[in-house]
Amino acid sequence: MSATVMERADRGSTALSRLGGFLGYLLVGAFFGLVMTKSEAISWFRIQEMFRFQSFHMYGLIFTAVGVAALSLFVLRRTGARALTGERIVVPPKELGRGYRYWIGGTMFGLGWALTGACPGPLFVHLGRGVSVILVVIASAVLGTRLYGHLRPKLPHY
Amino acid sequence: MVEFLSRPWPWYVAGPLIGLTVPILLLLGNRMLGISSNFRHLCAAVSPGRSEFFRYDWKRVGGWNLVFALGLVLGGYLGGVVLASPDPVAISAATVADLQALGVEDFSGLVPSDVFSWAGLFSLKGFVMLVLGGFLVGFGTAYAGGCTSGHAISGLADLQPASLIAVVGFFIGGLIGTFVVLPLIF
Repeated sequence: MSATVMERADRGSTALSRLGGFLGYLLVGAFFGLVMTKSEAISWFRIQEMFRFQSFHMYGLIFTAVGVAALSLFVLRRTGARALTGERIVVPPKELGRGYRYWIGGTMFGLGWALTGACPGPLFVHLGRGVSVILVVIASAVLGTRLYGHLRPKLPHY
Repeated sequence: MVEFLSRPWPWYVAGPLIGLTVPILLLLGNRMLGISSNFRHLCAAVSPGRSEFFRYDWKRVGGWNLVFALGLVLGGYLGGVVLASPDPVAISAATVADLQALGVEDFSGLVPSDVFSWAGLFSLKGFVMLVLGGFLVGFGTAYAGGCTSGHAISGLADLQPASLIAVVGFFIGGLIGTFVVLPLIF
């Protein structure tokens, strides 16, 4: 295929490619959820263990995940890889400024993470496990995001 | 085979697999792993209100991620029901002792059953942990622009200073939660 055709590749333009996209993301999500469950990363007990620095398990999990991801990003960039959709793989940088949003938002999330023993991913995973009360946690999280959206113009970010 | 896969997976197997999700999503459609934005997409889809933050084409920007989240639910079923481990989580004895001192009694599941239940929701600790905790997860990740997957994994892998700050924040918050708030409410 010529470069211009690749550049103009329309994401999800045909029903088949849309179905393929749907199945692809569904499968990767299922894979991610499966690994999170079997590695116990979704366990409130494991998160407590992590914040108490009483085991290497969660740290090993995160470090190796970051390591593999970092290596992959390096390879993808070096080879000028393109996605199946045809576009060049590009990761936009995050604006830093003074970092207020990362300090404050990060701390707020961390507090929630210790209390629920779950970050966003595990919340959806628990649903699949049958922990129906997690619907309340998800609903509360959505409300939290909603309030943030409302307060956003008044909050320090950068 | 099922019995073998049902045993808990070690971090050196699971970690790399989680890490691989990053290039897989990039190759699939130039998508960056980051689950917290799903809360934003759900707001945009259900109730955007007047906030500019929720006024975007959530189907185009976030459709893939909502499908990914649906996948997470399936993965939870696969890993937590089909391949469920019958044994309790093998956390350290020190953690068990600490949590027992806190008041946790049931260590048999992945989460403490007296809190993570509809009945538990109506206790002080259940309400604080589930409702307030959930609220903080939603507000905090939206404010910080990412969660563990978005900042700790994707962001750090991309060597983003912003993500390093976010992760430090995660830990400060987590320590406050663990050593200050939990003892107060349990």
